[in-house]
Amino acid sequence: METSREAVLTSFTKAGYIADPQLATALSLMERLKRPLLLEGDAGVGKTEVAKSLATVLDCPLIRLQCYEGLDSQAAVYEWNYQRQLLAIKISENEHLSTTEREKHIFERDFLLERPLLQAISMETSPVLLIDEIDRADEEFEAYLLEVLSDFQISVPELGTIKATSIPYVILTSNGTRELSDALRRRCLYHYVDYPSEDKELRIVNARLPEIDQVLAGQIVRFVHAVRREDLRKKPGIAETLDWAAALVGLGVSDMAGDPETVHDTLMCLLKTREDQGQIPIEVVERLIGKVA
Amino acid sequence: MSVALSAGPNTVSGLSRRMTGFVRILRDNNFVIGVSEVLDSLVVAESADWHKSSTLKDAWRALLCTRMADWGRFDELFDAYWLRVGLKRKARISGMSERSSKGKTLQDLGGNGGQWKVDQIEKDDGGHIVDGDSRSEGASRTEGLDQVDLRHVHDPEQMEQAFVLAEQLARSLRYRLARRERSASRGRRLDLRKVIRYSIPYGGTPVRLAFRQRKPKPLRLVMLMDASGSMNQYCPFFLRFMRGALEAFHEAEAYIFHTRLVHISDVMAERNPQKAMERLSLMTTGWSGGTRIGDSLKMFNQHHGARVLNGRTVVMILSDGYDTSPPEMLADQLAVMKKRAKSIVWLNPMMGWKGYEPTARGMEAALPHLDLLAPAHNLASLADLEPYLAKL
Repeated sequence: METSREAVLTSFTKAGYIADPQLATALSLMERLKRPLLLEGDAGVGKTEVAKSLATVLDCPLIRLQCYEGLDSQAAVYEWNYQRQLLAIKISENEHLSTTEREKHIFERDFLLERPLLQAISMETSPVLLIDEIDRADEEFEAYLLEVLSDFQISVPELGTIKATSIPYVILTSNGTRELSDALRRRCLYHYVDYPSEDKELRIVNARLPEIDQVLAGQIVRFVHAVRREDLRKKPGIAETLDWAAALVGLGVSDMAGDPETVHDTLMCLLKTREDQGQIPIEVVERLIGKVA
Repeated sequence: MSVALSAGPNTVSGLSRRMTGFVRILRDNNFVIGVSEVLDSLVVAESADWHKSSTLKDAWRALLCTRMADWGRFDELFDAYWLRVGLKRKARISGMSERSSKGKTLQDLGGNGGQWKVDQIEKDDGGHIVDGDSRSEGASRTEGLDQVDLRHVHDPEQMEQAFVLAEQLARSLRYRLARRERSASRGRRLDLRKVIRYSIPYGGTPVRLAFRQRKPKPLRLVMLMDASGSMNQYCPFFLRFMRGALEAFHEAEAYIFHTRLVHISDVMAERNPQKAMERLSLMTTGWSGGTRIGDSLKMFNQHHGARVLNGRTVVMILSDGYDTSPPEMLADQLAVMKKRAKSIVWLNPMMGWKGYEPTARGMEAALPHLDLLAPAHNLASLADLEPYLAKL
């Protein structure tokens, strides 16, 4: 990867992700310092997308580990293939092997199922490892992860220590449902992903929907920004903006001012709770269109 | 300390010396920075392509910030230190706190003795709820300290004792709960990994079985304390109670509200209670006017609710229920909260007073949404909570 941030910016733009200079700096530092990058921000601001784009830019596989409450090492690191092990034991029943030999046989690497973490460190070329919503995992897992991320080796009691063949680019995302430990935070580079500015969001819409009418694109972005300023439970993210833009383009709307009903009907792309939908009735839609058109 | 960055770091030692100063300021502002981060920052700074200060700022921001709060403050601190713009000496140095000159602060609410002299004349006018200080339950002084209404604890020595008790109480709450949880659950799923291990000596026949146990998840405790005037005699005790709970519980968050809501978990994590109080008093400077419970809860639901509340969260509200926001609002907000949390416990110190009925308008509106309304006028009443929490 090119280390200068200008290079990062251009290659990300090519991959369809509009990054800001600060993020580009963080990404180039990631490679230089071999540190993971922790992305925080509201849901829907494009945190996961950073990892996907990075994989596109680097042209390497993306390995994703979705965290959840109760995530354990069997799901995240490795698991023995029990069915195969049982079969192997049955097959070798008539061979006269000692217990030690049998044990050695069924605990070979062939019987090991690689889960994302082990998979990421045992690849030929460095992949992008996305650890999504780390705040949902338990603290114990977080501590374990910290160990893996600093040593890049995993120990399997039956096999011994597996050292990394390549160091993955690690991106962690967090929605802040739980405070992460200082140790993990310290280890990571940090970037806070905020809702984009109008200008940036317009560029994102244009990059993702190249066929969109410029007047409509401008209206959509300004409208979404106005909606975000309303007193809502869940502010619409970038993904919602893109969905909505695609919906409006699909319905053949070219100017919001001419069709407030369609705009109101398609708001389900932006507002995902009943209360929020109740907050923005057709009158408010008309008022907002008047402002943005 | 006088070499500006624009002049360029002439010597390595010059830069590292200045860097040390910068890191110290950042740490004083609650940044979490280790040695390896400092070394990496120097590596970054010395490589040629980071010489422009704006680029370097971005790189260091990524490296030295660890949370959103840092993210917002970094620019200011960077500019102040390296470019000498703006606040100059304003960056906070630890241990130094500007005392507020006006406005009511939590420090005044108690903990320091000054305001602590509770009205000596305690008249019992026989009426129902009047404001704060004027009713007494007449608890006997010979009873154990945990039975005494917290309003009547004046003696500094006794006060300290009560503080310690409150903290201990919160801790024991957690330990007792943990013990019960451990013995409560039994495994149901097979642990195949172990079963196979055990089966090897028997030629692959699973003779000995192993089970997996579900790990007990600890309760999360979210405490919201009313810091209004009518509560000021109880505040210091509840603060200490919250402090103990924050330390002891695996997951706990604390907030105080009055006219606004402030998240105080970080402040309470301060080791020295006196210092914690000082910082609290800084945060709450200038609060006055009526208690707005409804508004505060709304603020909580909007900004913290989604993050803090989940299916195993107990919300504990410590308030007397005197509210200047409309009661419907309080009810609505409690309903929203109830959807997200496991249960809501309201501790009302006035419940312990003789003849009290929850007739305050706010309290009446809140009642249908509460899982438990309990008194909290003395330490024993706080201890009584434990069996309830244990059942959850």
